[in-house]
Amino acid sequence: MSLRTPLKRAKGLGAAGDGVHHWLIQRLTAVALIPLFIWFIVSLVSMTGADYATVSQWMANPLVTILLVLFIGTLFYHSELGLQVVIEDYVSSKGSRLTFLVLSRFVHFFLAAAGIIAVLRVAFGA
Amino acid sequence: MADFRLPKNSRIKKGETHKTEGDSDKVKRFHVYRYDPDSGENPRMDTYEVNMEECGPMVLDAIIKIKNEMDPGLTFRRSCREGICGSCAMNIDGVNTLACTKGCDEIKGDVKIYPLPHMDVVKDLVTDMTHFYAQLASVEPWLKTDTPAPPNQERLQSKEDRAKLDGLYECILCACCQTSCPSYWWNGDRYLGPAVLLQAYRWIVDSRDEATGERLDDLEDPFKIYRCHTIMNCTMACPKGLNPAKAIVETKKLLAERKH
Repeated sequence: MSLRTPLKRAKGLGAAGDGVHHWLIQRLTAVALIPLFIWFIVSLVSMTGADYATVSQWMANPLVTILLVLFIGTLFYHSELGLQVVIEDYVSSKGSRLTFLVLSRFVHFFLAAAGIIAVLRVAFGA
Repeated sequence: MADFRLPKNSRIKKGETHKTEGDSDKVKRFHVYRYDPDSGENPRMDTYEVNMEECGPMVLDAIIKIKNEMDPGLTFRRSCREGICGSCAMNIDGVNTLACTKGCDEIKGDVKIYPLPHMDVVKDLVTDMTHFYAQLASVEPWLKTDTPAPPNQERLQSKEDRAKLDGLYECILCACCQTSCPSYWWNGDRYLGPAVLLQAYRWIVDSRDEATGERLDDLEDPFKIYRCHTIMNCTMACPKGLNPAKAIVETKKLLAERKH
């Protein structure tokens, strides 16, 4: 039995003064992903069967390079925010929650960096 | 990390059946969750056959009849029997609701009755509401002002501002919504839950309250409010037809609004 009052437990460590930014950015990236995704899918489908030279030429177009980098960045940012919420919801033990949160962030940033560098290498013809 | 089955001492066993004589198509079967922590035994489902010709129309009438005539040990909370005290909240036919306003004829076939989900059970259908009430107290659900009340009259409020409290003030704190929310099941220690957030919003939108900013400060937290993912079980469950999900969305909008 605890000697602490129920109110002490309910108040816990108080409000973190945070969460609005996460919530807003999750929605903002979701909105941005709608046109980016449509553009990406339409572009890929329109190049079905094209050879490497055609695709790399397409990617070298400055506007395409910009959109691809933005697409990859937004996608992994959005995914990271979403997975963070899933982990916070379902992983209850403190230690594994922190481990998964850190791991998720590392993996997402790595994948985003890998994708962006790949686009840039192709775009700049490395 | 994750538990996929109930702990051994929580697994529900088959219980006894209390039969009733009478016309078989007038008899309704009630399967009721029974748990007595003092006995050291696992919870069980007891079955009671009730002749509906000799019973009132509501589920509460049926379980009162069971307690009076068949099994005085059956334990549940009830008081007003007209949907205003919120005592008889329980899980009936898979939905959290008030036993006193749920008609037996609304349920096809047998009636299954469990305590409010994911709460500690004190006995049978009685759950421990301590943390819920403490969470309610933590949002300080009363009028807070720095300006003293006018000496000769009430604090006035326009009709439009008063209308903003409709759909909020009617909450009876039965916890049907609170305990229907998966986010509350998984993180109820820190997530305030739909009933408490609806109460918080009731004071945030009150035109007479002067602590709006502090109230929002106290909610601005990834766990206290942002565990709500607009699942809307709360709105589905509310026996008073209120919409806690909307109150939470409005609060989130205010939290976002003051950032820009």
